[in-house]
Amino acid sequence: MRYLPLTDADRSAMLANIGVGDIDALFVDVPEAARRDGTVDLPRHQGEMQVERQLSAMAAKNMTASSVPFFCGAGAYKHHVPATVDHIIQRSEFLTSYTPYQPEITQGTLQYLFEFQTQVSELTGMPVANASMYDGSTATAEAVLMAHRVTRKTRAVLSGRLHPHYTAVIENLSEMGGFALAQPDMAPLGAEDLVALIDDETSCVVVQNPDFFGNVADFTKLAAAAQAKGCLLIVAVPEVVSLGLLKRPGDMGADIVTGEGQSIGGGLNFGGPYVGLFAARDKHIRQMPGRLCGETVDADGQRGFVLTLSTREQHIRRDKATSNICTNSGLCSLAFTAHMTLLGGKGLRQLAELNHARAVQLADALGAVDGVEVLTPAFFNEFSLRLSGNAAAAVDALAEKGVLGGVPVSRLAPHAGLDDVLVVAATEANTENDIAAYKAALKEVLA
Amino acid sequence: MSKKFTKDHEWISLDGDVATVGITDYAQSQLGDVVFVEVPEVGKQVSQGDDAAVVESVKAASEVYAPVSGEVVEGNGELEGNPALVNEDADNSGWFFKMKLADTGELDGLMDEAAYAEYVKELG
Amino acid sequence: MSEKQTFTGNRGLQLEEPLIFEIGVYDNCGVDLEDVPQVESRLGDCAAAGDIALPGLSEPEAMRHFVRLSQKNHAIDAGLYPLGSCTMKHNPRLNEKMARLPGFSDIHPLQPQATVQGALQLMDELAHWLKTLTGMPEVALSPKAGAHGELCGMMAIRAAIEAKGELATRTRVLVPESAHGTNPATAALLGFKVDEIPASADGRVDLAAFKEKLGDDVAAIMLTNPNTCGLFERDIIDIADALHAVGGYFYCDGANFNAIVGRVRPGDLGVDAMHINLHKTFSTPHGGGGPGSGPTVLSERLAPFAPLPYVAKGQEGLRLVENNADAEHNPFGRMVAFHGQMGMYVRALSYMMSHGSDGLRQVAEDAVLNANYVLASLKDVMSAPFEGPCMHEALFDDSWMKDTQIDTLDFAKAMIDEGYHPMTMYFPLVVHGAMLIEPTETESKASLDLFIATMRDLVRGAKDGEVERFKNAPELAPRRRLDETQAARSPVLRWQPPEAKQAAE
Repeated sequence: MRYLPLTDADRSAMLANIGVGDIDALFVDVPEAARRDGTVDLPRHQGEMQVERQLSAMAAKNMTASSVPFFCGAGAYKHHVPATVDHIIQRSEFLTSYTPYQPEITQGTLQYLFEFQTQVSELTGMPVANASMYDGSTATAEAVLMAHRVTRKTRAVLSGRLHPHYTAVIENLSEMGGFALAQPDMAPLGAEDLVALIDDETSCVVVQNPDFFGNVADFTKLAAAAQAKGCLLIVAVPEVVSLGLLKRPGDMGADIVTGEGQSIGGGLNFGGPYVGLFAARDKHIRQMPGRLCGETVDADGQRGFVLTLSTREQHIRRDKATSNICTNSGLCSLAFTAHMTLLGGKGLRQLAELNHARAVQLADALGAVDGVEVLTPAFFNEFSLRLSGNAAAAVDALAEKGVLGGVPVSRLAPHAGLDDVLVVAATEANTENDIAAYKAALKEVLA
Repeated sequence: MSKKFTKDHEWISLDGDVATVGITDYAQSQLGDVVFVEVPEVGKQVSQGDDAAVVESVKAASEVYAPVSGEVVEGNGELEGNPALVNEDADNSGWFFKMKLADTGELDGLMDEAAYAEYVKELG
Repeated sequence: MSEKQTFTGNRGLQLEEPLIFEIGVYDNCGVDLEDVPQVESRLGDCAAAGDIALPGLSEPEAMRHFVRLSQKNHAIDAGLYPLGSCTMKHNPRLNEKMARLPGFSDIHPLQPQATVQGALQLMDELAHWLKTLTGMPEVALSPKAGAHGELCGMMAIRAAIEAKGELATRTRVLVPESAHGTNPATAALLGFKVDEIPASADGRVDLAAFKEKLGDDVAAIMLTNPNTCGLFERDIIDIADALHAVGGYFYCDGANFNAIVGRVRPGDLGVDAMHINLHKTFSTPHGGGGPGSGPTVLSERLAPFAPLPYVAKGQEGLRLVENNADAEHNPFGRMVAFHGQMGMYVRALSYMMSHGSDGLRQVAEDAVLNANYVLASLKDVMSAPFEGPCMHEALFDDSWMKDTQIDTLDFAKAMIDEGYHPMTMYFPLVVHGAMLIEPTETESKASLDLFIATMRDLVRGAKDGEVERFKNAPELAPRRRLDETQAARSPVLRWQPPEAKQAAE
């Protein structure tokens, strides 16, 4: 077997050296009842060619985003990732390295984490960012827990326009931890009075920008109002490219900013692996979850980087840790850093402008179709449509015509009474032909 | 009053009705470089043995326990900007907090300087 | 060794590399973007005021920057990485190729399910392999890492307890002293009180002490098996039986599954929930710290509470159940957006199919053989705290070095100069100055022989009083020992432009 270097001769020699007769002697502590002769009931080993054949057959059954006009968003976005990025993350020394606990021989990892933290800090407008979390949804849930710790209160107010999965993750963690939540009903537009829901036990208000329906907003007033009532404002950013064009949450006065970094450096990957962004104010550093990379010097006075403030983490504080998190999103944060490096601030601005322009073109095209109403007055690269019929049925019909036309709200929120609402995204990966094809197909579907 | 000591390496020194609490020089040497100290809030009520403060070095975070019961009246503000004080002068300016005692009798159960020195010696 | 000084500060192929922000400029961009079509803005009044103050690099500069950074890292591809508890085995490149098939990498999690049946099939196939290897009836694929999988298992246990109306009374979780830090952190997060079980002299859970701690206020035990000392818990079935008898649940930390995969099924040991680290046992890459993936297998008693989403067989093929209303059981909730680490599922299944049932059994055997070979070859000169064979990792303590001036940290740093990444240090906590060595099954005998010889020479050096060799180490790595105290006392967590730094001073 190609991944096993030991030969039978090696095995015999080593067993003799250890002083046992056979390998079973080393498994002597396994209780009799659990010992198994022979192998489990699964196929035997196979060569690369056979494995490739089987997995390729599975892959071939899926309709890929690049093969059709594609307009799905709702928390995961199709962007072009430069070829360089994928090449960088496949370098052995990045791919097969471990968490940088021995900093002298992992300065490569540590330096790019420092660069990543700087980029995230700058993009969000917050003074400090961590070295990434699993994804946007868990990062946002961790932000809520952090707000509870900082304020010593136990209730959170959530916008009704959060991505329903993000809400579900926060709900799950809150229920298990004994924390309370308040959340208005979902609505694709209109005003939301979150301040009215704040009480004495509330630690934070959580909003999303752009929100699940694509609305963009300025939360400066909300930040001030929440803080006046002793709450932290948490802003979640599921489409990080939006930070190329929109006012930064840090500049609005947010206390914690979370995000999904998949749009920069990462492919769709059917939902994972993704990369969670987490940024906060200096005064709350010690309550931040996740790893932090810091600058220092070595014994020769040369600048270097190390993981720092580790005493917050599980391997030291154990049951008093700020979180149980152990891994960050390593390679995905490298992909983000590399892609962001290639773009630079100027490139990201242009990329974001391109995204917005495509979305405006799409909104104009689809809004002209009978039975379609564009609901979202102000948006970045995603907006909502009200259709004359069931949105999920329309999406299925579009798929049969070879168009992946967006995400029906009912898929994520089946009881919200929004079965006729469709969330649609456009990015720089869409062409004017794609838009025309979608318009034509939608016209047929709704006729 | 001369200093008294706990098995967890805290010292306490009474002056009138306010006591000062810190950790011993032995404790700081075991911890290594102190990077952060979290002192208790003014007004906090503690019972003997409760968590009162946290002292962090690079690799470890240790609880500092209240040697006796009472109410915290002051935390050492110097430690925020200069946690190294704990290493440099644990017995004096590296103090952690001051408290009013609920029951001065609890001091009798603590070790005096000689007994503490013996105790540390036996730790090896 | 040459002491030559250079103009650049570089030393041959060892190159110094500044931060992106010190070499890039705002006007540079390594991506050619199309011109932006003229449209009427629909941003409302939400547009950003100024520029984004991050420089860009052209493609050649960016490539050079990251290649140079990579050259400063040790990696499995470059040499033995004997980190105990991490299972640093070879990361097969077929995994990478399969994960990049567009049919897996270029699909959106929320596109119509009829258009991603092949992806659901892969998830279902992976689930089948995991259930069969562990002998458990159900698996939750979605946890994004090992610690997340622990949370999943413990959440399922909490849900089961709540369903029986015992949440108010079952408040204690038993955790061995030797447990990994995530275990008590997870229990505390869910509101349980952590109660430590002492170890016996042979490094395993003290069965008598454990039984004394049992009561009907015990929610669960969190046990690692083989444990963090690299030893198989002989009494594990007795432990499970005693625990179940008082109505408690058995959570098993599956970090060390590599020692028993294909030979022992945790389901046969009485386990109720176990997370599996795909990035340990099943070869998905460590990537410098992630991404991981922690699917969690569940027993009959816990299967009814498995979280959303999961793959089920529907009338028209496979379907993903994403909402409570569609679930046929009682999920405790959702742990993460979307469906989990698909990219890691593809890699893990590619590996499993390559090894097969016979290969995976051989993996465990070779892993255990390699660790015992290291143990047997070093225990005469180092000190092993526990008698008898180990499983897939060998544990030493620092008592052998007590008359030297060296400690575990110094020893580890000296290994770096010899070209090795140090083993896991100071874990588990139950042993003083712990050194935990896990070679894995992908090390050849020749590689192990060189490692053993090197370790023996280091030990000899320590005992012979070659103090500088250890205290000054590392001398040959890209950086010497770093000042972690300064990093913690005065945290600098991002680059600041020079004007900002000056303003602050």
